[in-house]
Amino acid sequence: MIARALRSRLGLILEVTVPLAIVAAWWIASAGSTSFFFPPLSEILDSFRETWLFSHVASDVVPSMLRLAAGFAIAIAIAVPLGVLLSQSKLLWRAAEPIVEFLRALPGPALIPLGIVLIGIGSGMKIALIAFGCLFPILLTTMDGVASIDPVLRDTVRVLRLSRRDRIMRVIVPAALPQIFAGLRTSLALGLIMVVISEMVASENGVGYFVLSAQRSFDLPAMWAGTLMIGLLGYALSGLLTLVERRLLRWHRASKASALSS
Amino acid sequence: MLDIQNLAKSYGKDGDGTAAIGDVTFSVAEGELVVVVGPSGCGKTTLLRTISGLLRPTSGSVTLRGRPVTEPPAEMAVVFQDYARSLMPWLTVADNVTLPLRNKGMSKADCRAAMEKALASVDLERFGDRYPWELSGGMQQRVAIARALAYEPQILLMDEPFASVDAQTRADLEDLVLEIREQYGMTIVLVTHDIDESVYLGDRVVVLTRRPSTVLESLTIDLPSPRDQIETKQLPAFAHLRAHVYRAIRNRPEPAAADLALTPAHEGRA
Repeated sequence: MIARALRSRLGLILEVTVPLAIVAAWWIASAGSTSFFFPPLSEILDSFRETWLFSHVASDVVPSMLRLAAGFAIAIAIAVPLGVLLSQSKLLWRAAEPIVEFLRALPGPALIPLGIVLIGIGSGMKIALIAFGCLFPILLTTMDGVASIDPVLRDTVRVLRLSRRDRIMRVIVPAALPQIFAGLRTSLALGLIMVVISEMVASENGVGYFVLSAQRSFDLPAMWAGTLMIGLLGYALSGLLTLVERRLLRWHRASKASALSS
Repeated sequence: MLDIQNLAKSYGKDGDGTAAIGDVTFSVAEGELVVVVGPSGCGKTTLLRTISGLLRPTSGSVTLRGRPVTEPPAEMAVVFQDYARSLMPWLTVADNVTLPLRNKGMSKADCRAAMEKALASVDLERFGDRYPWELSGGMQQRVAIARALAYEPQILLMDEPFASVDAQTRADLEDLVLEIREQYGMTIVLVTHDIDESVYLGDRVVVLTRRPSTVLESLTIDLPSPRDQIETKQLPAFAHLRAHVYRAIRNRPEPAAADLALTPAHEGRA
């Protein structure tokens, strides 16, 4: 018991100290740097403070995050119902499978030129591309989740003669939710990629735009600061998703734990 | 009330694969408690799923009050062996029990009243806002029973309902079944591999053979009611009936009358 407590405390210490040590090493190694491409960390952090606390938050971070939120939400709103629908019939899936597999194999950035031509360079195009990029992981994990619903639960639903609405909203979707969350996690990362790329190609604001324009104006510390900011955004979003997942899937972890202990 | 006529069920292509049910015929009267007992792996679960309309029979028919059963009928409830897999862990106990009521055109207040009555009849009235995984196995199975009771079915099917709980809990749940039967006056068909349980609970015991199963015997259990875990099981008649079913399942001949009294009454459960 004592050994385990010590080990878990050691784990916590490592979790905090290793990143700090890497930052410190970066700080020291880059301190006297005269390289144009690798400015001292102190300079990068100065630039970070100037840009991201908080003058460029409203002009770049907020637009990027709004695009991501809109695209992600649209992807969920399409992928989950579509996944449930395509799981209802083998024939339906046979018909949809080639299309889904083709579109899934198509990298989102390849659609940027088409998006610009069709929708223009505004936020609408970016949101559409983000939604496209996020759609398929959620769709496929939803279908996977529905397919893996316990046969006893399926029998139960039939015996209880639930309405279609209750069957979907109170049984099928909650039962598939653990898998759906795995898809959301993948999609969130893809969505951030689509945000950055679409903003680099055609935009007047956003974090992707900021990084590219800093590089183009030879403001290397600002470019580094922007890159750092994108990394931090990704990290924070992933943490946020974990919080939501813990809340919504509390039953999942608890029921697995109780099944193991009994 | 329930008629099962020459029921057969085979798995595999065109039903020429493994035969689970050979030829089963029996009927259940209104208000009767029939226990179907058979050796392990004799197709009992398949039989129950076919009777409930969850599986289509290969041949033969199931009729409930004259109407053929092709889908689970509205007046039928089923309690499965595996409570952990048939309760929804994302819903509270109260929501689990209310779930089947939502499609019955009842008012919210009526739903709530039916849910509370059902939970009270399984002694779980104080656990409505808990989640199933916060409860013990026996309590979870009581939730599943409450969910079946809540919509007041005419007939209740139970598939080895107590196979996953410990012996003491099992005895309590057996008595609970007898109690709710008194309270709700419903017809019950219970499937088990436990011979003691079949004789203790049943008005009638239907004994099945190994698969492909057929009915070996339909035995009326004329033990006095109400049954009691100690008193009833002490009766010589209980021991005789139990031994009779045991022999039928083990395919052993009946001994001469003199040997009958020496039949051990405490053999382990099958």
